[in-house]
Amino acid sequence: MALQASALKPGDTYSERVVENLSRTQIVQYAGASGDYNPLHTDEVYTVQAAGYPSVFAHGMLTMGLTSKMLVNYVGAGRLTKFGVRFTNQVWPGDTLDAKATVEAVREEGGVKLVDLKLSTTNQDGKEVVSGNATARVD
Amino acid sequence: MAKITFPVEATHIMMFARAIGDTNPVYHDAEAAKNSEVGGIIPPPSFAQAVAQFDPEYHLRPKPDQKWFGSAKGPSGIDGKPTSSGGLHAEQHYEYHLPVHPGDVLTAETLPGKTWERESKRAGKLTFRERVTEYRNQKGELVITARGVGVTTERPVDQG
Repeated sequence: MALQASALKPGDTYSERVVENLSRTQIVQYAGASGDYNPLHTDEVYTVQAAGYPSVFAHGMLTMGLTSKMLVNYVGAGRLTKFGVRFTNQVWPGDTLDAKATVEAVREEGGVKLVDLKLSTTNQDGKEVVSGNATARVD
Repeated sequence: MAKITFPVEATHIMMFARAIGDTNPVYHDAEAAKNSEVGGIIPPPSFAQAVAQFDPEYHLRPKPDQKWFGSAKGPSGIDGKPTSSGGLHAEQHYEYHLPVHPGDVLTAETLPGKTWERESKRAGKLTFRERVTEYRNQKGELVITARGVGVTTERPVDQG
């Protein structure tokens, strides 16, 4: 299951569609599971009329979670040593997101083989919503 | 800042994995997880954020004895609230030191980090605030280090 260092080289990519036509209900589900009930994510009336946004939008952390789905499917469960993201654009109901990992380096540190990955999650218009980096143990 | 006790539970992990649309058996199937490399259910990589459930003071959860700023009869339950969009999440970083499984009881301690400002065309003056949270297990071992950056915008982010 785990990646083999010998089979990886910089520039290799892996990608997955992590959500299609994101529903408001999934955003509500994330609010309930994470405990973040900020009405900007679930309360259209507040978000449009009081906060001034065109509609509710996803928690950044939901987009990070969606990105992690691709990442764990690629490197294997329990293999991450680092995972970090920047939220570069908002994610809206109806968005379809593709998450991609690109190998930046394969290296060894203290006898442990590691892969460094660059991450990018984009919406249906090709706009990047998350950029990030991760490091995982490989065999 | 007060330390928060965060009991890690299988049902919570299952619900969190469902919310991110992740059907990986290591998040919900004890038998499959036991027979996998991780040896038992583990949480998804961003699960530590759900520590909010265990923070009694968490400001983004309605509380029975306090006014809530979301809509009810009117668009906001708090009159005269400034039109500022409030805080948004700018960055989140995790370092994973040791595995976490259901049954672990984590203690999260958050330390304030740097603060900085920047002008932006899309949202006016941006104020960034960094917070570093260390999660330790019941043995006192550091399991996860989280670094989050929040941003307060002067006005709602322009979508143009």
